Amino acid sequence: MAKCKLTFKTDNCKGCGLCVDVCPKHVLALAEDQINKKGHHPVVAVNPEACIGCAFCATMCPDCIIKVEKGE
Amino acid sequence: MVVFDKPHALNDIPFHYCPGCTHGIIHRLVAEVMDELGIEGKAVGIAPVGCSVMAYNYFNCDMIEAAHGRAPAIATGVKRALPDSIVFTYQGDGDLASIGMAETVHAAARNENITVIFVNNAIYGMTGGQMAPTSLPGQVTQTSPYGRDVKQCGFPIRVCEMLATLDGPEYLERVTVNNVKQIRNAKKAIKKAFQNQVEGKGFSLIEVLSTCPTNWGMTPQAALKWIDDKMIPYYPLGVYKDRTAAAAAVEKEEN
Repeated sequence: MAKCKLTFKTDNCKGCGLCVDVCPKHVLALAEDQINKKGHHPVVAVNPEACIGCAFCATMCPDCIIKVEKGE
Repeated sequence: MVVFDKPHALNDIPFHYCPGCTHGIIHRLVAEVMDELGIEGKAVGIAPVGCSVMAYNYFNCDMIEAAHGRAPAIATGVKRALPDSIVFTYQGDGDLASIGMAETVHAAARNENITVIFVNNAIYGMTGGQMAPTSLPGQVTQTSPYGRDVKQCGFPIRVCEMLATLDGPEYLERVTVNNVKQIRNAKKAIKKAFQNQVEGKGFSLIEVLSTCPTNWGMTPQAALKWIDDKMIPYYPLGVYKDRTAAAAAVEKEEN
């Protein structure tokens, strides 16, 4: 399977968790041990190998912080 | 290969909206449509008063800030003075359905060649969660703490259904953005609304059912579910008027 790459603008994340819920492969989670500039627990990829590049997370993100790349 | 990235028509500025507010999704859809139609350079957006009052910071096109509710009137002026520009307004329910109702109805009746993005979240967001014209019967807000009493406050206004009774408007559709499928439908609707303007067909209004987790007093996840459970039964999704399709259907029947 083509390798997928997720990039987050972590400091713009508001920790709403909509991307975490919508991910079919449970790739994402809110980082309970991190706090970003805005004071939220930002999203991180805890299971990046499972990503299939469907971009559901980026579609659902209200703050447009996720960039999804697939393949080469 | 980049599967998804921020659209070019959206500035690289963090939104001021609350966590989980779907205004950000709707902003992005409008920007994606501007990118796809290649109209960013000639687009003029009219920002409302309400939560989205600072929409002018976020879109990478010309923006004008209107007085409360007067966005369709300003859009009319801009479009008539600069017919080559693509003019859209971005309004909430307190702006469009309350103080701006007259401007909305008359712009629709005149079939002005503009695009209106109407964000309906059934509450006044910016001012702290007061009852809006679109608040549901029984909905608890700051100014209806026992739930909206329809005997005292009247019934919510269904904007798409109301405007569909006019002969003027070209295209009216209600969509929502509470899951990935609905977001894709919403983008199609917004694209059609802009396409109609490019083709000179006339007034298009897209009503987007949106969330307000903060003032509804819910988590962002519960707010998305509340749209399915409470809002869609009162505000059914769908196309309420499509004059071009209706005319084509009549022509087909006659032949």
